[in-house]
Amino acid sequence: MSGTVVARDLEQLAADAVDAARKLGATDAECTISEGEEFSVSVRMREVESVKEAGSRGAGLRVLVGQRTGSSYTSDLSPEGISTMVNAALALAKITSEDPQAGLPEREMLGKLTGDLRMYDEAIEHLDAPLKIELAKRAEIAALDFDPRIQNSEGAGFSSSHSHRVFANSRGFVGSYRTTSCGLSVSPIAKQGESMERDYWYTASRFFSQLESPESVGRMAAERSIRRLNPRKVPTQKVPVIFEPRTARALLGDIFDAVNGSSIYKHASFLAGKLGEKIASENVTIVDDATIPGLFGTSPFDDEGVASRRTVVVEQGVLKNYLLNTYTARKLGMTSTGNASRGITGNAGVGPGNFFLEAGKSSAEQILSAIPNGLYVTELIGGGGNTVTGDFSSGAAGLWIENGKLTYPVSEITIAGNMQQMLKDIAEIGTDLEFRSSIAAPTIMIREMMISGQ
Amino acid sequence: MRFSESFFADRFALTEHDLESYLSEALHEGGDYADLYFEYLATSSIGIDEGIIKSATEGVTLGVGVRVLSGERTGYAYSDDLSPEKIRKAARVAACIAKGPATVMRTGFETSQKHNLYPMLRAPHEMGLEERAELVRRADQAARAYDPRIFQVQATYADSLRYVMVATSEGQLSFDRQPMARMSIFALAREKDGSPQHGYSGGGGRVTLDFFLNEKTPEHFAKEAARQAIVQLGAAEAPAGETTVVLGAGWPGILLHEAVGHGLEADFNRKGTSAFSGRVGQKVASELCTVIDDGTINSRRGSLNVDDEGAPTQKNVLIENGILRGYLQDKLSSRLMKQAPTGNGRRESYQHIPMPRMTNTYMLAGQSDPEEIIRGVEKGIYCTTFSGGQVDITSGNFVFSATESYMIENGKLTRPLRGASLIGNGPEALKYVSMVGNDLKLDEGIGVCGKEGQSVPVGVGMPTVRIDKMTVGGTAA
Repeated sequence: MSGTVVARDLEQLAADAVDAARKLGATDAECTISEGEEFSVSVRMREVESVKEAGSRGAGLRVLVGQRTGSSYTSDLSPEGISTMVNAALALAKITSEDPQAGLPEREMLGKLTGDLRMYDEAIEHLDAPLKIELAKRAEIAALDFDPRIQNSEGAGFSSSHSHRVFANSRGFVGSYRTTSCGLSVSPIAKQGESMERDYWYTASRFFSQLESPESVGRMAAERSIRRLNPRKVPTQKVPVIFEPRTARALLGDIFDAVNGSSIYKHASFLAGKLGEKIASENVTIVDDATIPGLFGTSPFDDEGVASRRTVVVEQGVLKNYLLNTYTARKLGMTSTGNASRGITGNAGVGPGNFFLEAGKSSAEQILSAIPNGLYVTELIGGGGNTVTGDFSSGAAGLWIENGKLTYPVSEITIAGNMQQMLKDIAEIGTDLEFRSSIAAPTIMIREMMISGQ
Repeated sequence: MRFSESFFADRFALTEHDLESYLSEALHEGGDYADLYFEYLATSSIGIDEGIIKSATEGVTLGVGVRVLSGERTGYAYSDDLSPEKIRKAARVAACIAKGPATVMRTGFETSQKHNLYPMLRAPHEMGLEERAELVRRADQAARAYDPRIFQVQATYADSLRYVMVATSEGQLSFDRQPMARMSIFALAREKDGSPQHGYSGGGGRVTLDFFLNEKTPEHFAKEAARQAIVQLGAAEAPAGETTVVLGAGWPGILLHEAVGHGLEADFNRKGTSAFSGRVGQKVASELCTVIDDGTINSRRGSLNVDDEGAPTQKNVLIENGILRGYLQDKLSSRLMKQAPTGNGRRESYQHIPMPRMTNTYMLAGQSDPEEIIRGVEKGIYCTTFSGGQVDITSGNFVFSATESYMIENGKLTRPLRGASLIGNGPEALKYVSMVGNDLKLDEGIGVCGKEGQSVPVGVGMPTVRIDKMTVGGTAA
């Protein structure tokens, strides 16, 4: 296996694997190849702690023999490795069942976006190790020097990666794209008396130039750790709850699971059968859009070769669309929304493009100022939403709101409700939408949730 | 086993001299220690959904990770290509962490084999593909047959066989062949026109397909998933606030994993970032509690003959009669803390840096009759199944999420409750343990533990336990 393989070679390799499968009896086949390199450095207490650098590759194949499916993968891209992979998939297709809906996308669904989607930053491949170490050090130092109560640290890390993904199928699709990403994070520990608390902050982007400065990341992380010191456990009560963007994102993740076509056709979602119904308050519009240049959920085509698109999932509170791959679309008598997602092999699942709650009209401060008594959630721990029933229960930490202001920290509490009601109770949405990952949300205020504490 | 007979020597024409030369390359910039971790992993899985076997997958990955330790620093690189040039290149990259004259490594390797915890009668690749298909078909049918209200079933069978070899610059060479198999079943139930509820069950261990034919059948796990789904159909809102909690035997041992296990991993304690840091010798639980982490139990999911740094696993006492005894060590932390290794250095794959992790974590049995424990509770909840948990190491706050629980009123189980998270603080929660049952049970073998992006299989176990006070995150006032 040689070190650098140009894009064309990997595309050819994928197309050849598909052809080989067809020659050996597959009715259809699809092949994914990915290769990537990663670099990460961690520093702790101003010293380098670890440096890791490496690359790897893999190929995956899925075949259909009539309506039966078989899949395989390998990290060995030599002719023998590929041949073993092809034979394994064909053998497995003999033991699976006929599935009337199994199959590749229709030809007319295949396609890719053209134009620059800004997924790849050449600068990232050429960053030298000392610079990356320096950035992590600067971020941690900014946190350590921020306040004398920052006495320890879980460290700071800088990581970067670039990868190349290739996809080919037996209906004539061949495509590939390259992505880069980089990120910087800091986890300082604040101490005061018996109280010890950790929080973190991070910045991440596909483009090196778009990272926040190490100093601002470090200071933000320190500020967040310090404000958690000496938390109280509040009494059990029902109050309004504000989720800051970082925790609101987790709620959006639970909503994604509930509009995922796989959950819908199995009736395993509280949103199954609710298309066209009002499921959320009128200010709620949720979109999935893999076409926005420069974001983490952006791609020219999905993992089945269907062109990426924008899908309005919830519009002013009304459930408009589920998110689908080819299989779930057929099960539901609908059309794929270009949300097929898989690792390297197997049947495609459903994954987000850029899945987000549209920004609202009020600033986080304005939303806060209207709350006489409530909880501002800065961390969710464990638990979460039950996709089948909508029941939601999670550990939480945050700050108590009194008369429109953040006061003392609270922790060792839980928050609970049911997502069907929580969606209807979204009273306010902030303007502060930021895309730090493929699922994103601005500040959200929910009218009332149950807080369990003392 | 002799090196020349080992899987890697045989398959990739590696010699002991090659290993020495790679390790020397890794130490050519200096450093205290280097190791090589060779891994070959073959996996297979098969899944049924709606009564249709929709997926079957097999695959192979292999690679080598090279690590160099220099003081507190770690350099790491890996390659999925076992050619000498690629391994040497990885060794040179890992070497960059150190600065100084080359370290001379000892020549010659010693191998020792302490455990043989998971002998295999048949390797996974010797089983017919149809045998796997039959397992998921049986699970599907058993779950549907359990109750007419079961309307959706998904079942998966997955197994793997991993060959590993660890060679260290201290002249240790270890091999292992690690089987793993698991079944999991998800079932949905609903009353006519009602909303669905789900149940989930599964199990396995360092076993092969034969385990599901001879010991725990697909029907066993399928019925359990179906039973849970049916129970949930009649469930009421869980209470909100502090209450008495009785945890059932077995899987609820996840409490120990979250409340104490993670907080006792040596990396956090070496850095002083755990709520348990500096507390060895102190009381952190009621005297009824003795907590063990044991990687040496036959065929268990969390067991290993040697850990992923080549150290033999062992049975470690974490808490003895309420007193904190020690930490879970890996190579790096045990060197820096000058403590004995405990066989807890683990990694997800050759692409990952090892760190201290749990194996099988459980609490020793006590004296109480489990039924008596429930009878003694005036008002509280009894939890028997959990879906997962999480801990904030630094504050010690942990959460674990009950998926099957019951209201206890005047010593009797009155009604099933809907899912709810429970929250507590690690060094405090176990101080409220007031009764420990005589019914220690290990879980069915389904646990996956995540830490810093790395997943490893683990086990937990517990007798029935009464905790006088814990916060329950339900919605009922």
